[in-house]
Amino acid sequence: MTAEGLNSQLRREIYTDMVLIRKFEEKLIALAREKARVVGMQILSYGQEAVAVGVVKALKPDDVVVTNHRSHGHLLAKGADPKFLMAEIMCKATGVNKGKAGTLHLAVPEINAIMTSTIVGASPPLGVGAAFAQQYRNLPDITVVFFGDGAAAEGSVHEAMNLAALWKLPVLFVCENNYWAGAQCLPEHSCVEEIVRRADAYGMPGAAMDGNDVEAVYKTTREMAEHCRSGKGPVLMEVRTYRMRGHGEHDPCHYMDQVELQQWAERCPVKSFRHRLMNENLLTDKDFAAIDAEQEAVVEAAVTFGDDSPFPAAEDALMDLWINS
Amino acid sequence: MVKLSTGQALQSALDMALSLDETVFIAGEGVGTSIHLDPNLPTHGLLEKYGPKRVKDTPVSEAAIAGLAVGASAMGLRPVVEIMFFPFITLASDMLVNHAAKLRYMSGGKNAFPLTVRVKAGVNFGAGCQHSHNLEAWIAHIPGLKLVFPSNPLDAKGLLLSSIFDPNPVVFVEEMLLYWMPGEVAEGDFRVPIGKASVVRAGKDCTLVSYGGAVHTALHAAEILDTEGISLEVIDLRTLVPLDESCVLDSIKKTGRLIVLHDATRFCGFGAEIAAIASEKAFDALKAPVMRVAAPDIPVPVSPPQEQFYKPDSDQVTEAVRAVMDPSVQRRQ
Repeated sequence: MTAEGLNSQLRREIYTDMVLIRKFEEKLIALAREKARVVGMQILSYGQEAVAVGVVKALKPDDVVVTNHRSHGHLLAKGADPKFLMAEIMCKATGVNKGKAGTLHLAVPEINAIMTSTIVGASPPLGVGAAFAQQYRNLPDITVVFFGDGAAAEGSVHEAMNLAALWKLPVLFVCENNYWAGAQCLPEHSCVEEIVRRADAYGMPGAAMDGNDVEAVYKTTREMAEHCRSGKGPVLMEVRTYRMRGHGEHDPCHYMDQVELQQWAERCPVKSFRHRLMNENLLTDKDFAAIDAEQEAVVEAAVTFGDDSPFPAAEDALMDLWINS
Repeated sequence: MVKLSTGQALQSALDMALSLDETVFIAGEGVGTSIHLDPNLPTHGLLEKYGPKRVKDTPVSEAAIAGLAVGASAMGLRPVVEIMFFPFITLASDMLVNHAAKLRYMSGGKNAFPLTVRVKAGVNFGAGCQHSHNLEAWIAHIPGLKLVFPSNPLDAKGLLLSSIFDPNPVVFVEEMLLYWMPGEVAEGDFRVPIGKASVVRAGKDCTLVSYGGAVHTALHAAEILDTEGISLEVIDLRTLVPLDESCVLDSIKKTGRLIVLHDATRFCGFGAEIAAIASEKAFDALKAPVMRVAAPDIPVPVSPPQEQFYKPDSDQVTEAVRAVMDPSVQRRQ
């Protein structure tokens, strides 16, 4: 398959994954408003589905993903089982991390989503380490690091990019620029708004694109991933999107411009890809209804699984710290 | 056995680890090509022997060095990274505190981080407090990090090999003054178990617990006290986390007195933990208050007389021991 032509099967899969993420997080929006259904801050990627799916679908299964606090979309796109993710978000014993990760620290090493950190700016140095292991072992795989525009202000990101470029490590740095770092918008936290310009500082290729166009994200990722895979070193992608919810579901968003929010809502990545597929007669209304129903059922089954699962035993808090040597 | 300095013993451990296991690599500032040519430095000569793939000089980037270790160990390598001086660990601390120590726990036991961070420590270099600052109590306070602090060439080699092949993250503290101290060292793949203290001098009147270079201060004090008829038992902890409590408690039960000694500052120092454990678990055996001999609560001064004043010496130890031996301070049983 060339980067230009996404075949119809792949486009259908991409759309289906976006719907899954959207429905999964719509459910979390609802659950966050119920008492004691989910634990902790629900930090969602609602409206950023094209970034997760566009990037991850362009990877190979053995490629590694290191993600951040806004991880649900990345993990679902990588193939995490929604049941075990939902149970984990509910902090149940059956969760993917036995209830020890919760919504924010989900790690699914079995699908090569090896680490998630909520420390802003931590994913780049972690990813550099993972990519070093890939290079050290002469593996054909790459590491994708997701971080936000807010994280771009952390010193650790500079250290990681410099080291990755110096050692030509196979790191695909993906700056998921959603315009917000907490309550501060991009011009309030960065003197240069085009994060991609930093690629020049490290002598690596950079590319910026519309993060709400899943096919544009996919195509660029394919090209950039190929560069990393060929031993030429890291690349920086700036994927421009917009945070459609608060920092988390606890955020009243009083500082956000409602007109701007509405403008981005009209550019909804799921809706626009749906229109494109419909206009090109790839999928019919009937197909869309079937995909919606199917993914809704997946999410409902995940919630039921989570609800039916027990909490971990309190004393199990003492486990999983050390490996006996 | 062969006579080596502590630096050479550490070098022998690194050499052995690199030759035993292809997944072991070394990274840090100047670990390949150093500004120093001294053969007593632990990484001396390793670049020539193992090449730049396995002995990696890094930029001056402590966060990236520690991140390299965490990420590479998550992928199954065994990184041995160096943080040049103990105070610089503050720059690496997010990767160690929030990642190496916590990510396995939060993954529900799915991840493993078999990494070793070597860090150089010590006072008496005239380098000042941004190069000299013993922060072991900070590290010990973080669940998920093991902490090793040897005092002699033999333990340095055996404990470094155990640290490198331990499946958990280990912070390994090297007292720089000991780099040039010679001793008998076992050849080959020699290991000292992590978590076992050592009674380096047996005695009956008072227990002194210490670690690292301060053990030698304690041993010197013990010789002086011996001439006064006071028999000091000296325990070298060797590992601070996990702590060999039973070695300490058994000794207290024998002597009834406890002094803790370290070159780090007193307040919230590691000695406070030893004192608390003695109070909780050996209260009945104690005949006198537990005393701490530690540095004053100031940054390490740079001027020679002030730096010497900072570092606890054997006179302070003998004074503390004499104080707890004084019949007037004895507890009524």
